[in-house]
Amino acid sequence: MRYLPHGKEDRLAMLEAIGASSFDDLVSTIPEGLKLTREIELPPALSEIELTETLSLLAAKNASSASHRSFLGAGAYDHFVPHSVDHLLSRTEFYSSYTPYQPEISQGTLQTIFEFQSMMCMLTGLEVSNASLYEGASALVEAILMCQRTTGRERILVADTVHPEYLATVRTYLAPLGLTVETLPHRADGRIDDTALERAVDESTTAIAVQSPNALGVVERLDRVAGIARPRGASSIAVVAEPYSLGLLRGPGEMGLDVAVGEAQGFGNAVSFGGPYLGFLAAAASYLRQMPGRIVGETKDVEGRRGFVLTLATREQHIRREKATSNICTNQGLCMTAATIHLALLGKEGLRDVARWNHAAAAYALARLTQVTGVRRAFSGPFFNEFAITLPRRASEVLPALAARGFLGGFDLGRWYPEMERSLLVACTERTRRVDVDAFAEALQEVL
Amino acid sequence: MESRTLTPPARDREIRERRGLLFEESRRGRRGIDLPPPEFPEPSREIEDEIRRDLVDGMPELSEVEVVRHFTRLSRLNFAIDLGLYPLGSCTMKHNPKVNEWAARLAGFARVHPYTPERLAQGCLELMHDLERMLCAITGMDAVSLQPSAGAQGELTGIMIIRAYLAAQGSPRSVVLVPDSAHGTNPATVRFCGYTAEQVPSDEKGCVDIAYLDRRVDGEVAAMMVTNPNTLGVFEENIARVAALLHERGALLYMDGANMNAMIGITRPGDAGADVMHLNLHKTFSTPHGGGGPGAGPVAVKKHLEPFLPVPRIVKEGEAFRLESERPRSVGRVRTFYGNFGMFVRAYAYIRALGGKGLREAGETAILNANYLRKGLLGVLHLPYLGPSYHEVVLSDREIQKGTGVRTLDLAKRLMDFGFHPPTVYFPLIVPGALMIEPTETESREELDAFIAAMKAIVEEARTDPDRVKTAPHTTPVRRLDEVAAARQPRVRWKPDH
Repeated sequence: MRYLPHGKEDRLAMLEAIGASSFDDLVSTIPEGLKLTREIELPPALSEIELTETLSLLAAKNASSASHRSFLGAGAYDHFVPHSVDHLLSRTEFYSSYTPYQPEISQGTLQTIFEFQSMMCMLTGLEVSNASLYEGASALVEAILMCQRTTGRERILVADTVHPEYLATVRTYLAPLGLTVETLPHRADGRIDDTALERAVDESTTAIAVQSPNALGVVERLDRVAGIARPRGASSIAVVAEPYSLGLLRGPGEMGLDVAVGEAQGFGNAVSFGGPYLGFLAAAASYLRQMPGRIVGETKDVEGRRGFVLTLATREQHIRREKATSNICTNQGLCMTAATIHLALLGKEGLRDVARWNHAAAAYALARLTQVTGVRRAFSGPFFNEFAITLPRRASEVLPALAARGFLGGFDLGRWYPEMERSLLVACTERTRRVDVDAFAEALQEVL
Repeated sequence: MESRTLTPPARDREIRERRGLLFEESRRGRRGIDLPPPEFPEPSREIEDEIRRDLVDGMPELSEVEVVRHFTRLSRLNFAIDLGLYPLGSCTMKHNPKVNEWAARLAGFARVHPYTPERLAQGCLELMHDLERMLCAITGMDAVSLQPSAGAQGELTGIMIIRAYLAAQGSPRSVVLVPDSAHGTNPATVRFCGYTAEQVPSDEKGCVDIAYLDRRVDGEVAAMMVTNPNTLGVFEENIARVAALLHERGALLYMDGANMNAMIGITRPGDAGADVMHLNLHKTFSTPHGGGGPGAGPVAVKKHLEPFLPVPRIVKEGEAFRLESERPRSVGRVRTFYGNFGMFVRAYAYIRALGGKGLREAGETAILNANYLRKGLLGVLHLPYLGPSYHEVVLSDREIQKGTGVRTLDLAKRLMDFGFHPPTVYFPLIVPGALMIEPTETESREELDAFIAAMKAIVEEARTDPDRVKTAPHTTPVRRLDEVAAARQPRVRWKPDH
């Protein structure tokens, strides 16, 4: 087997060195009845040539943004990732190393995390960030639990336009802890109903979580959410599922929110059928010691050189066990590295320019698609790179016809909200070109 | 070979010294990306000025060349499995096959959106379905959900499933038992599932104390979490009795699959009576550790627990695959979408490359290698538990510390000067001064010999020149770092006035 270095002679010599007459001597404490007496039933081993063929065939069965023109978003965004990112990620020192437990030989990973934390603070306008979490939904759970530890209160309010899979995840995690979530309604323009919010928040509210742009694509007035939460002592959580929006919209911290949490996949990571991605969590400085997950801090070595270490480990499971702030063990190292490299390439101007391209492409697409007979804008609230349109027919009937013409025409909102079965959520990125939008509008006209 | 490992390699001064942060290397007006000429009209300003921004303060300004050099330099400050033995116990740092990296990047996988209509994503669903079936065959379990993002989330999902199952029977109960040798994630997981974690002592062999267990398990105990082989590298001989004892009293057995690498092809947790377990695709199934993730922590269950698995489930109907979410008894979802799909591609490729025979050979070789290291280090380090070792061996510094003052951490740091990553240290907690060494099956005899020689040289040095060891490492890009200062005055981000 090509992944196993020993030849037959090596094995015999090693057994002899150990003083065992056969391999069975080494597993003598496994009760006989539990030992497998036959090979595991699996397909036969493949050479690398056969394996390459098999995997190519499987991949060829899928429609991708390489085979189709895609307008799918809804929490996973097909941004252009510069080739430098993957080239650098393919350096074995990044992808075949592990958690930087030994800082002397892990400064590459540690400094990258420190740079990631720094940029997430800049983007969110907050003071501290961790080294990343699994993905957006479980990151929101961690943020809510962090606020709960901080405020010691019970009620958790979440806008009903937070990504439904985030909301479902929050419910899964909170159920065994005996905690429940109250949802807040949205208005006809797609924004959260601030009158309802105002009424709902009280002295027992631990946190309010609002997503912007929300699951309908609508940009929220997070400044107002912060204004309602703060006087009542509740934490305000901004949920961000499309990180590029931070290139056009003010950082949540600058608008007075306490916590920003969400999905940073769009920076450097492919959509990859849903994972691996990376969750991020940034907060005001007062939350630092209640944060979940890895955090890297700056320090010096014995010779006075700057270096970085995992820090505040007394929050974590390997030290605190059942008293830890989370059971999480690692971060999303490589996804975080991809995000950091991509952000470094984008830089100050690039991030703004790409965010503007996304927005302009979406604005053009909305204008163009609403020229199609019977198609109208679903919500009047402002949007970033994704918007909802209402069709004269069910989206589930229209999408297959569009796919047959080579378009993945967006997300059927009826899958999340049964009353929106005629609505389509359409996303654009910097990959979106004017010719694609024009062709999409024509195809939509034909199939309606 | 001797000279490579016994002489600390010379380090490149350049990489040691040129370690600016992105923000310090930044110069106004530089950029690392470009866009096509503008082709869309300027959008109307619907977004209010109060919530808009222009440039983000502090973000770096660098060209592509500078970014590439920055991260290439940073990469050279890391140790990696492709540079040599990385014997972190319980982490299973094995070779990451390169064909897997190629496969995960195919456009037909990497550029497939998770909301692609099911009939246009049949290749992804087929791969996931087949991977689930293969993991069932390997573990002896009946059903698998690939959804959990990492081992710790797999544990959490598994305990949630146990809770939902018991609640459906009348009461979720209140206590989950965890051996004193367990990973910290076990008790933390238990707490986050609304249970009390209670520690079970190990017996003199390092196994679960079955007499204690017999006295302890009552109607309040929901489950016991067992890692097998445990963190001492010892196989729980009584695992079937543990399972039977729990089952008799209505409790369940959770198997932490962190150490599955020692069992693969040799024995199956499902046959020993496990009700739920998780696997770490980044350990047993060769997906890269990525500097600390992404992992993947599929959860496997027996038939009676299948209705409680997270949604959506993959269902095969005829030749077609679809996702099913209508499962009223399911615990719900634990994350967005379906899991870390890119890791599934790699793990699938790994299992297909090895087949049943190859997997057994891998399991056997992992055990052979650990025992070879153990034999080579006998008399060099102290062996606290004398029972047979499986995938890893736990040794301690007991003999060395006396007289020399050299501690486990010092030995670990000195190993870096010899070109090795140190083993896991000070874990499991029940062994004072523990060194937990897991070589994995992908290390050659020469590499193992070199490690043994280095360890011997260091132990010898601890007697002849203890200060040299206590002040190690000497040849790394930075030397020992002040972790206390880092935690006392945390500086967790760069600021312009730094």
